[in-house]
Amino acid sequence: MQEVIKKRAIELLSDGTVTRVLGWKKGEFAYDVTPAVFETAEEIERDFVYDDFTAANVSKYLMKETAKAEGKVLAFLKPCDTYSFNQLVTEHKINREKTYLIGIPCEGKADVNKIKAAGAEGIVGIRAEGDNFVVETLYGDVTAAKKDVMAERCLSCKSKKHTAYDELIGEDGEVIPDCGRFDLVEKLEGMTSAERFEFWRGELSRCIRCNACRNVCPACTCEQCVFDNPNSGIAQKAAADTFEEKMFHIIRAYHVAGRCTDCGECSRVCPEQIPLHLLNRKFIKDMNELYGEYQAGEEEGVVSPLTSYTFDDCEPGVVHERGAE
Amino acid sequence: MMKFVAKDKLNGFFAAADAQLHLYIPTDDANGKAKYTRWQEGAVMSKALNTTRSAKDFFFPQTENLVEFKMSGKNIEIIDPRREHEDFAVFGVRACDAKSFEILDSVYLADPVDTYYKNRRDHGLVISMACTRPTETCFCGTFGIDAAEPVGDVVCYPTESGYFFDGKTEKGSAFLAKIADVFEDKAEDEVKAQKEATKKILAKLPLANLKADAFGGEGDKLMKFFNSPKWAELSEACIACGTCTFVCPTCQCYDIKDYDTGHGIKRFRCWDSCMYSDFTKMAHGNPRLTQVERFRQRFMHKLVYYPENNNGTMGCVGCGRCLASCPISMNIVKVMKALEGDK
Repeated sequence: MQEVIKKRAIELLSDGTVTRVLGWKKGEFAYDVTPAVFETAEEIERDFVYDDFTAANVSKYLMKETAKAEGKVLAFLKPCDTYSFNQLVTEHKINREKTYLIGIPCEGKADVNKIKAAGAEGIVGIRAEGDNFVVETLYGDVTAAKKDVMAERCLSCKSKKHTAYDELIGEDGEVIPDCGRFDLVEKLEGMTSAERFEFWRGELSRCIRCNACRNVCPACTCEQCVFDNPNSGIAQKAAADTFEEKMFHIIRAYHVAGRCTDCGECSRVCPEQIPLHLLNRKFIKDMNELYGEYQAGEEEGVVSPLTSYTFDDCEPGVVHERGAE
Repeated sequence: MMKFVAKDKLNGFFAAADAQLHLYIPTDDANGKAKYTRWQEGAVMSKALNTTRSAKDFFFPQTENLVEFKMSGKNIEIIDPRREHEDFAVFGVRACDAKSFEILDSVYLADPVDTYYKNRRDHGLVISMACTRPTETCFCGTFGIDAAEPVGDVVCYPTESGYFFDGKTEKGSAFLAKIADVFEDKAEDEVKAQKEATKKILAKLPLANLKADAFGGEGDKLMKFFNSPKWAELSEACIACGTCTFVCPTCQCYDIKDYDTGHGIKRFRCWDSCMYSDFTKMAHGNPRLTQVERFRQRFMHKLVYYPENNNGTMGCVGCGRCLASCPISMNIVKVMKALEGDK
């Protein structure tokens, strides 16, 4: 697959269709890939990578990249990345005219933290063998089943269908309605409010306020976040107490509600592995229940139920009807 | 002969130590991430090589109150919130983190002394622990640190059979003398054998050959690295989060803010990150307007400015936390390798 992608990228660069290629660059180890813009065939030949670890969603980079220079940018998007892309185009954050999209298939990405947790220390190589990864380490080989070390978001993948592309490599997939992505949300809903509070208190107490979740989020596109604005009155560089620990994440979840496509980047980048996506999924589930099924980024130009008004909309009193627990 | 505690007696050492001072050890949280927690009966030491956050938190916490102003009528009362800190010990500090304290010391204990930091340092005892299973992200050797022989008040050397202890400072030896009952004497052959074994692994690490010789600030290096055209490409994917700076044991920048209580002010400081858009923002504005400049600042500080001001000592200890946690896997190792090409 990687070679097919590289070949097509070089073709489109050479024939002048695009001037830059957005993809992933290989790192020091088997897993530490970095999103990168390639401008020459040599760079692509040397550094371009598409494998089990190219998990980063590159859609948000198109904001900066399309604004930067003339010419089209070629971006390779996995199915879930196309949802973010559509949402960004809908919000006029990306100029669609300056992009050339190739949808690429994704069978789920590996989470190196899970590989490490499975006992692989001192990783010097990782190779895929059938349904397994054989991880070569300084202390001997470790074999891990791919499904056991797959990223959490990929285990409950909502769609293998590309919602935006100019061309596809491979066959397009389907939306997966029974992906189970709300299972954990339901579990949280089943808790008493005290238990739920305790769950989130525990998770969010580890937050170091690095802002990685916010900065990577394709729905967080404010030019200056209120939390970075000294004039907002709520600027914070560190959570001063347990209230502020929660406030940042709750406000963020509210702000992206209706626009979050559930790409899962927030949880992927969290250095403390806080399951932040569960906050977003709760909002998505509630919107589905209160306003009818809605998937942000499924189609370009669609207005979210939270930014449109219809006579059938639920009344604020629905909060009381649903009950506090 | 060395002081020794058998593997199954480690808890006895912890109990004795905690009876003397507040003891913190690395434990696994519910998610399997290692962090320092106050020892208590039944606590299990983490098997992780290192904690997610570094040990600098003990001496330079993420937030700290500096002073309070209380208004009453026409008077302003000034309250110093500093208290004598309790005596505490941090157990299991790895060689990289143990060395990081020296880097923080040269900033915070230099004139004018940061008395908040000094208070914590004076009351803290560092019990470091030699590494036996370094991992691929480790590169402390690049900065002349020996993972098998850490610095610290007390050094703990784990072996197959248990833990050997050695007091390296007056404070450390005095502490060990107070809990002498928990130790037995044992020949140190095992320690030597383990060090040899660790040395062999260190030589095989993927970053074993990474050298920092090209860096520092002498001669024309400062301007050469500052003006390198590589920064634009290196910083291209940076999402401007503060992960690298907040997990870093040597990042030392902070911001001072006032919190309006309604009837006074609480002045506090908190960690700052050069990756943030308002880093070192002053009345006139911000001296670093783009992410390229902010990104450059972090690595120039570690590799050029700090060594220039500190007799060549580098501002990085090679703990590898930033390698493991950067959302886009850009880090000091990649920066060093790219810039070295500029020589």
